[in-house]
Amino acid sequence: MENHVILKIDRVGMHFGGLEILKDVSLEVKKGERIGIIGPNGAGKTTFFNILTGDLKPSSGSIYYKGENITNVANFKRTNAGIVRTFQRNNLLNELTVLDNLLLVLQRKHHLQNVWFKKRNEKKYPKLFEEANQLIKTWGLEKRANEIVKKLSYGEQRQIEILLGIAINPQVLLLDEPTAGMSQAETDYIVDLLHNLPKDLTVLIIEHDLEVVFGLADRMVVLYDGGILIDGDPNEVRNDRRVNEIYIGKEEAAAHA
Amino acid sequence: MNKKGFALIAAVMLLIFSPFIFSLFYLNLVTEILILAIFALSLNILVGYTGLVSLGHAAFFGVGAYMSAILAREISPNFFLTLFASLAAAIIASAIIGIFCVKVSGFYFLMLTLAFSQMIYSFVHQSTTITGGSNGLSGIPSPLIGSLDFSNPVYFYYLILLLFILIYGGLSLIVHSPFGQVLIGIRENETRLKSMGYHTTLYKLAAFVIAGGLGGVAGSLYTSFNSFISPSDVYWTMSGSVLIMVLIGGSGTMIGPVLGAAFIVILETIVSSYTTMWMMIIGIIFILFVVFFPKGIVGLGKLLLQSFSKSNKLSAISGKKSNALYNNDVKN
Repeated sequence: MENHVILKIDRVGMHFGGLEILKDVSLEVKKGERIGIIGPNGAGKTTFFNILTGDLKPSSGSIYYKGENITNVANFKRTNAGIVRTFQRNNLLNELTVLDNLLLVLQRKHHLQNVWFKKRNEKKYPKLFEEANQLIKTWGLEKRANEIVKKLSYGEQRQIEILLGIAINPQVLLLDEPTAGMSQAETDYIVDLLHNLPKDLTVLIIEHDLEVVFGLADRMVVLYDGGILIDGDPNEVRNDRRVNEIYIGKEEAAAHA
Repeated sequence: MNKKGFALIAAVMLLIFSPFIFSLFYLNLVTEILILAIFALSLNILVGYTGLVSLGHAAFFGVGAYMSAILAREISPNFFLTLFASLAAAIIASAIIGIFCVKVSGFYFLMLTLAFSQMIYSFVHQSTTITGGSNGLSGIPSPLIGSLDFSNPVYFYYLILLLFILIYGGLSLIVHSPFGQVLIGIRENETRLKSMGYHTTLYKLAAFVIAGGLGGVAGSLYTSFNSFISPSDVYWTMSGSVLIMVLIGGSGTMIGPVLGAAFIVILETIVSSYTTMWMMIIGIIFILFVVFFPKGIVGLGKLLLQSFSKSNKLSAISGKKSNALYNNDVKN
């Protein structure tokens, strides 16, 4: 089971009208792999994620999860099957507290969501609240537990964005730029937490911060102009001339400008 | 016991002793408020908790009201028969209409609910043989439970009060339950809820049916109360006025719609005895609320309480500060 393919993307294409975003992308993801997905803006990275989660339907091709064709399966069903995403931009329940955000995830995980006539409080759901408080503690947010999310700093919100994904206990976790807009200290903290994720969890991570992605990934996929340019070992990718030209070179050029 | 519980018990006691305090005219006013409060509470599940603004809620009120009226006239005025038949009819109607409406959101949801409710209105208006057309149905016998006749306004009041308490209690359990929290989640961010694994469309439909069913119950009670029903109670202005009750009272709170219903009914009664332009005055008050107190009466109350406790705290802080200054002076 060690090298079992958990996710198979078979010649997936996506176009909006005449605009081609993805061209025949194929990828096999093995269980427990940590795949970094990099590429310049507009390469189709987020579109690729949206197709994996079911937020978008591909124009062509199919997606298999544990051998089953899930191309037409709705997004919430994929979540329940274990494919979970975090968003590139914080997408939280801004008016609710950190605890309430987390409880919504956990009550779904434990199939309590259809209880109608029982108040959801600590007395009646001790286990649920205990698990929530434990997670909040692990993520260093205990002082924030009862704060309304929108009052938190950007970095803290980003942390919750990832926490909500992980709290579901996914089998495949799709992280869309988890450290975008974070300070160096916050980034280090997140990277540390991501390093401590269970080893059998499959992670696909889109990230612009190359330090972060090279530190986390054991396989790198470079998307360029809607197709896979390189798929291989991080060291190989790091030294590849084409990558330096299209991606890193561009950044350097931008830095010099 | 906390302050909230105390206020609740005081309110319930007041309601229980109303028949001994108020004259018949005011007792009837309280009865009407309670019935319309049930109607507003039902809409609030949709508008306040799920975040779906409906402008067609009178449809289910009308389905319940006419169901009740027709049954009471043609078959039997038995209270349980008319109540449960109205509930069932409203649930069926809201399930069918809901399937279409929950597929869209925002402005389109509002327009679609409006369109469906106007369809029901025109059906009621045209089907003269069943509904009496624009004349409505009158002479509806008052409800019976066994041999107990509820034509006595005091008995009827207690019947309504009991139902109101049951519905209020039931709904406040629901909105605090895990299920209710899902509805609130949908109001806040449906995309996120989907990515948490919730089949949000189904939850929206459930909210729609709860709202519609209880709207039907309110309609049924309203018919028994007035012993008359006309198409104007199914018209979109009725949907508008219940929406105003929810918004003025405070949507997304349990007590808000009740206060809103009381406010509008009392205002209507008082103002309409002075001028025929009461609609305009309610309109102006509504605009003032939307602009200055978008969280309604409940929000306004909270604001007043907060500023009251704040000014207390401030004086406490300034007291401490002057002490500190004084201490510094001594040290220096």
